[in-house]
This record gives sequence, structure tokens and C-alpha cells, in this order.
Amino acid sequence: MPLSALLLIAYRSVVNRRVTALLTVFSIALSVTLFLGVEKIRSGAQTGFSNTVSGTDLIVGARSGALNLLLYSVFRIGDATNNVTWESYEDIASRPEIAWAVPISLGDSHRGFRVMGTTAAYFDHYRTGDKQNLQFAAGQRFEDIFDVVLGSDVASELAYGLGEEIVIAHGIGSVSFAKHDNLPFRVVGILERTGTPVDRTVHVKLEGIEAIHLGWSGGAAPIGSRAPSATDVRAADLDPTSVTAVFLGLNSRIAILTLQRDINTYNEEALMAIIPGVALTQLWDVVGVAELALSAIATFVILTGLLGLMTNVLTSLNERRREMAILRSVGAGARHVALLLISESAFLASAGALLGLCLVQILLAAAGPIIVEATGVFVGGLSVTSFDLITVGAVIGFAAVLAGFPAWRAYRQSLSDGLTIRV
Amino acid sequence: MDAGRAEASQKTADSAVVINDLLFSWDDNDTPLLDIAALSIDRGERVFLHGPSGSGKSTLLGLLGGVLLPGAGGLSVLGQDLASLSGRARDRFRADHLGIIFQMFNLLPYLSVRDNVALSCRFSSARAARAEEAGGVGSETNRLLKNLGLPDVAMERPVTDLSVGQQQRVAVARALIGQPELIIADEPTSALDADHRNIFIDLLSAECSASGATLVFVSHDLSLAKTFDRIVALTEINRADMKEAV
Repeated sequence: MPLSALLLIAYRSVVNRRVTALLTVFSIALSVTLFLGVEKIRSGAQTGFSNTVSGTDLIVGARSGALNLLLYSVFRIGDATNNVTWESYEDIASRPEIAWAVPISLGDSHRGFRVMGTTAAYFDHYRTGDKQNLQFAAGQRFEDIFDVVLGSDVASELAYGLGEEIVIAHGIGSVSFAKHDNLPFRVVGILERTGTPVDRTVHVKLEGIEAIHLGWSGGAAPIGSRAPSATDVRAADLDPTSVTAVFLGLNSRIAILTLQRDINTYNEEALMAIIPGVALTQLWDVVGVAELALSAIATFVILTGLLGLMTNVLTSLNERRREMAILRSVGAGARHVALLLISESAFLASAGALLGLCLVQILLAAAGPIIVEATGVFVGGLSVTSFDLITVGAVIGFAAVLAGFPAWRAYRQSLSDGLTIRV
Repeated sequence: MDAGRAEASQKTADSAVVINDLLFSWDDNDTPLLDIAALSIDRGERVFLHGPSGSGKSTLLGLLGGVLLPGAGGLSVLGQDLASLSGRARDRFRADHLGIIFQMFNLLPYLSVRDNVALSCRFSSARAARAEEAGGVGSETNRLLKNLGLPDVAMERPVTDLSVGQQQRVAVARALIGQPELIIADEPTSALDADHRNIFIDLLSAECSASGATLVFVSHDLSLAKTFDRIVALTEINRADMKEAV
């Protein structure tokens, strides 16, 4: 009996039982979709994570925790416990090993998006992904105190174009009652999408942040006629007195550890410096537990799918005794019967796994933009990775191995049934 | 070699089935299901094997088909001692030399009429070759179905469209294609009504005679036995006590 003929019989037999076969294929497809989807989102999150900041050698902030500093300075999550005084900033920035220093000032928001005050050097030195500088989709850098540069998500979600006038609120809630509405800002630039928190940030000059807080005292806005007008602001002294954090680039990477130690033991102020890559790894380790749990669940879902397949083959054995006896009568050996079941399992698993692979590609291609929008995680578009192929291969292999049990049962059954048809 | 044994050996080769002191039981220590002192069927003979249910018919068929092995004694089919063959060789022997027809449900529901008949040739290159010699598997299928009174059956139709009687004739065509030497029919008429039974047996007998095949027809219904060359009652040749099995 040529193998191809036997496989054809296996195929026709499966098609004959197409309803249960299809359900089995779908359950395997869904489990493979889930497994691969989890893996793609996980690896997308991890890459996105390590791509949020690059080219920065140290981040300096008030002394707190490394993760806290990383979260508020890079991810715009949480708040700084304290600020860095302008004197300390100038002192550190003027050290000979420093190539560049970009101060940032956080604490205000615009309709739920964080506002970050910084200098023009930010656009020269802040890099994401694989050493990518920030690119402008439209407009240019801020020059005036009231100029604003938007991240791509801010512009698209709020439907802002160049020249739009916006009001910045104090505090970081999406609904804020203390609005700096006496001083409207104007959009002069919109950045290209980076897939990082930069997309969800409103950038202004450091002086702009100072300007909107002019006349404020004790966290309360100036009342009535005491509120400064734009002309008052331009006349005022807008030199910042403090910043939230500082991004540093060094002339030589060899100096990183020395400088980090110097800053951590800085006498004039309680400061700390973190190496972004190291802090990112620490942060990923924290997230990694959830990631592991997710992967474990996905693995169990795949196992469930495979057990379902085995159950299906096993329960079909009784109704297929007749089929087996007919095949035996025309000369099929017990090993043919076993091979029939194993090839059926492998066939169903192949169909399921490949369908799952297609599903995950389609789903991620469709949902990818939404996921990026909502979480900033790039899941990667249509791409079949070696991990995908290994998964598909493993599912088919496991299905064939698991089918060994029903196949053995059928083998025993066909030996004891002999040439009698039992229905 | 003495003359007597040579003569016996020659006779074995000429016979379709030769059984000597055959014992069969499911377990070695169990009471035997079958205990047959002697049974010989000549080539070309059409034998009616009669026995009530539980008399060991199915077991005997399993032995003849090479699916079961005797516990002791001699069993030779078409001159071949089945016990001396490996499992694979017995499967191949069955594919090459035997045609088997069951009571009912002979056909694979997911194959067409043509593919069901051709199934025998798929498992046996010898039978495929003999069918090719006779004009090809397709034309042999046509010829057999025509002789069996199914000339108009669409070959590509699913077999589930056919009546039980038609299905049984397709099963006969499958058993006969490629000219196997021994046809075993296990109560093939039990699902047919009385008129169709006699027609069916006549067709089966005629086709076996035409191809020179030996026919072993098993049934509990003695009224069907009249056209056969010989009637063998299993209850008479089987010395095992079958009361427990019944």
C-alpha cells in the first residue's frame, strides 16, 4: 500500500466527518492564535520597552528609586518626589565629560497628555529605537515661549493641526480645574510616530512652563487682575529655578560609572543617576512575572487543544470500527490502521496550526494600530518568525505523538475484532 | 520422503483450505473456541459453511483471513501455511489472494463506487496487475458491476446513495476484482429480502465460477444452501464445547 493512497483514505475519511473535524481544527487554530499572539505581544512589548530611550548614557533626578526615576522621566508614569535645582543642573552639565545635557520639566498636562518642558537640545539628542532621532512630521521646533511641539498621538487623537491654540492645565489629570487659560499656546510642530511615550507628550520650552506658573503661589492660581497677560510674561524673568530630570550624553562611555557614582554622592543636593539600559532591564524583570504567567496560560491552552484533538480521535474509534474492519479485509495491516489515525491527527493539527498562524497575522495586522494607540506596544505586522514555525512544527509533532495512544487502541481493537464488523 | 506424505503435501497445494487438528482459544489456557479435526476444501469448490450464531464462524473466518492465528494444529490456505508467515506477510497474503464480503456495511461511505471497488487493488499490487492484464481496473470494475446487474450505477456516485442490495453487489465486485483465489462471504444476504437473496447468491456463484475462485459462503440459513457443491456444518466439525460462548 503506497503511503500516498493511505493518506488519501485518511483525508477522505476526515472530510466525511467534517463537522467534528472542523471544530477540532478551529479549537487548535484558536489555541495556536492565542499562544502566538501572546508571544508576539510579549516580544513586541519587550522591544518597544528597550527602544523607548537610546543614546542617553545617564538620567539624573532627585534621589528616589531607579525604577521611579525611569518611569516618570521616560515613560511619563508617576511623579517625581522632588526636583533638581537649576544650580545642580548647571554644575553637572558643565563637567568636562558631558557631551550634552537635556533638562526636562514635568507636572502639567493638556487634556490627559503630559506636558514636558525642555530645551531645543532635546530634539538633537533624545533618541528612541535603534538610535533614531526625533523627526518632524510637520512644522518645526519651538522657538517662542508659547510654542508647542506635539507627539503624533496627541495630534491625531485631539485632531490638532499646526497653528492650533491650546490651553495647558496644571496637574496631570485629564480633567483639571486649574487651567492656565490666561496664556494660550500655539502648535508649531508635530513629531513623527516613534512608538514610545514621546508620541503622547506635549513639548514646550522650559520657559513656557515657568511662564504659566508666574504669579502662582502655594499651588493656587493668581486671581482676577493679578493674572499675568502674555505681555507681562515676556517682560518677566523666566529662567527656570528647577527641573524634574536631566538626560545626559557623555563624551566617552568609559566615564559613565564614575560620573554615576559622583552624582549619587553629590553633596549639594540629594540626586541620583541611572543608566537607562540597566534600569529598563530591572523594570522588565518586574513585568516579566506577568509575562511568564501569560506564556504559561497560553501553553496550557495549546495543550488543551491537543488533548481535545486526542479525545476526538479516541471517541471516533468506536464509530470507525466498521471502517477499520473493511480496510483490514482488503489487506490493511494493523499498522496501516495505526498510521491512518496518526496521519489524521497530524493532518488536523497541521490545518489547525496553519490556520492559527494565519489568524494571528490577520488579527495583529488589524488590531496592531489599535494596540499601538492604546499601549504604545508595536506588535509587528505581517511577519512569520522562526518562533511561529517552531510552534507550528511542535503542535503537529505533539499531535502525532499524542495520536499514538488512540492508534495503539485501534491497533489492539483491530487485532481482536479480526474480520468481524462490530457496529 | 515416503509416498504418503508426498501425496498429502501435493493435496495441500491443490486445496484451497486444509485444516488439521486445529485448536483456537483467546488465551492459551482457556477452553478452546474451535477444535476442528479436519476440513479440506478443494480449489474451485463452492462450499456452504453452516452454523448458528456462536458456533465459531467468525473465529474461523478470522483464521482463514490470516487475522487470527491457530493455537495448535495445521492451517493451510491456498497451499500456504499461514502460521509460518509474519503478520505483515499474512496481511499481504489476504490482500493478494482473498476477497471478503461482510453481512452489511461493506463499503467506505466516503469513497465513490469506483474507489470502493478499486480499494482491493490499492492494497495489493498483484491484484492491480491482474486487473490491468484483464483490461484495466476501470473496465474490470465496469464489467463486474454489469455482470452483477448494476450496469447503470454512476461510478462516481457516493455509495451511500445506493440501496443495501446494490451495496452488497458493489462489495462482491470489490471482492472479485483482480481475481483472488478464495472468496469468503460472511452472511452477505442477511440484509436482503428473500427474492434478492437467491438472485444475489446466483450472481455470486456465477462470478466465482467464471473466475475459478473458491467460494466459502457462511450462513445460519440452510434454505440458501441448495445451489452449493457441498454443505459443511460447523457444529459437526467443531468439537469444542460452544455452550458457554452461546
